[in-house]
Amino acid sequence: MARAANPRDQVAAGDAREIIAGSDIRVVRQGKEILVVPNIAVREGEVVAVIGPNGAGKSTLLAVLACLDFPERGRVFFRGTEVTKRNVVEIRRRMSVVFQEPLLLDGTVLENVELGLRLRGVRDGPRARAVEWIRRFGLTGKEGQAVHTLSGGEAQRVALARAFVLNPEVLFLDEPFSSLDSIARQELLRDFRRIIRDTGVTAVLVTHDFLEVRLLATRVLVLSRGRIEAEGTPESISNDPLWGRLAGLH
Amino acid sequence: MDLIWRGLARGVKLLLSGDPEIYEIAFLTLRVSGLATLVSLVLGVPAGLFLAVRKFRFRRALVGAVNTAMGLPPTVVGLWVAIFLWRSGPLGALGLMYTPTAIVIAQVLIATPVVTGFTMASVQQLDPKLPRQILALGASPLQFWWLVIRECRFGLLAAVMAGFGAVISEVGASMAVGGNVRHHTRVLTTAIVLEVNKGNFDVALALSFILMTLAYAVTFALTVVQQRKRRYVT
Ligand SMILES: Nc1ncnc2c1ncn2[C@@H]1O[C@H](COP(=O)(O)OP(=O)(O)OP(=O)(O)O)[C@@H](O)[C@H]1O
Ligand SMILES: [Mg+2]
Repeated sequence: MARAANPRDQVAAGDAREIIAGSDIRVVRQGKEILVVPNIAVREGEVVAVIGPNGAGKSTLLAVLACLDFPERGRVFFRGTEVTKRNVVEIRRRMSVVFQEPLLLDGTVLENVELGLRLRGVRDGPRARAVEWIRRFGLTGKEGQAVHTLSGGEAQRVALARAFVLNPEVLFLDEPFSSLDSIARQELLRDFRRIIRDTGVTAVLVTHDFLEVRLLATRVLVLSRGRIEAEGTPESISNDPLWGRLAGLH
Repeated sequence: MDLIWRGLARGVKLLLSGDPEIYEIAFLTLRVSGLATLVSLVLGVPAGLFLAVRKFRFRRALVGAVNTAMGLPPTVVGLWVAIFLWRSGPLGALGLMYTPTAIVIAQVLIATPVVTGFTMASVQQLDPKLPRQILALGASPLQFWWLVIRECRFGLLAAVMAGFGAVISEVGASMAVGGNVRHHTRVLTTAIVLEVNKGNFDVALALSFILMTLAYAVTFALTVVQQRKRRYVT
């Protein structure tokens, strides 16, 4: 699962490497088209950054790709299989989502990190796997701590451990670091980068932060008013001041 | 003042003497209101969860209806149930008028909106994004509802208390459809009204002690559960 040196090689490999894809997607809220995406695909090993100003439709796109919302029109495919109401739980169990807020459930750190495995009926040592991911996110010793006593940064680490322990085929992240103070955020970003390298996980990351794009992304989508306005590498985006402004990056 | 003290003393004596009729009334009250609360939980909790989580066309109208129904006067509920159960009414053939079952039916109609409303309120205290995170964790529909219930369990205990509190203390519906028939449908509240009307304040006071004790004991037990769990779990 090591990341290929050049993600563009994978693009050439074609459909077999597409984990999630959407075609002709349209999302309407209160009579307004808030997302219109004719074509989108996330391929194995990619880290796709989705950037764009507030209200551009980034979260909406993420929810559609993560199979949490069904679009008014269009189809979403997971490894070539169309996502339907019938198979959606099965497919969601092969992905993970982390939002801006930790959204932990009442209980301990360990209970939260184990939860996804338990929902999947994993018998094979969910506890050991959870403990291992708690360690990798630097929370060893806090397994038994009630989550409501954690700091914001610690809570977000729990949310990330809870996502990674599931060994997802694709990981969706909606501004996962943006509610942290700058020190906690830098620390977590460093750990997160290492983990993403180590696991070679495929990810879609919504962000407003240029540093995150440069550190993590292999490909960048610029979304504006519900449409993909531009696509490129972190380099090409950073070389174009217009895109940076359009994307509302910091 | 004298009346109160004399009443209190005789009330306590009545209780301690173990008067069978008083205990019969107390047990019937507990049975009827307990059963009504249980049924209202079975109906009201799923309804409240559904109204709080799902978005659909007539949601707002339904939420409004529930909130209005929470304040339905028991006497009015009793009136409508009586109309239906009356011998010549639509359900008259069932012969339920002036039975404990009739009181249970009326009390279910009183408690269900209360339980539904409290359930809605407790779900709405959760982070509105939490249901979506639970789905994203791979929960099946059953697991989803189970986790939502677990997340708002303390609010649901409040729903139980409110539902039980509403029915054990109502008198209008019990009177209208139960008729306060001795040894048959006489419950604590209707018995108190009767004894007050007769001027038997001591008996009324004794009955009121039992009523308050029952209401308080159930609420107290649930509060203990609520507080104890909170210490460890949250
Ligand atoms: N339920 C809804 N009803 C009406 N409008 C909605 C609804 N959900 C989203 N929108 C609108 O859709 C647009 C896109 O929302 P979305 O949350 O996807 O933006 P975003 O790019 O994630 O923004 P941000 O950077 O602020 O998180 C916004 O203009 C928003 O107001
Ligand atoms: Mg957003």
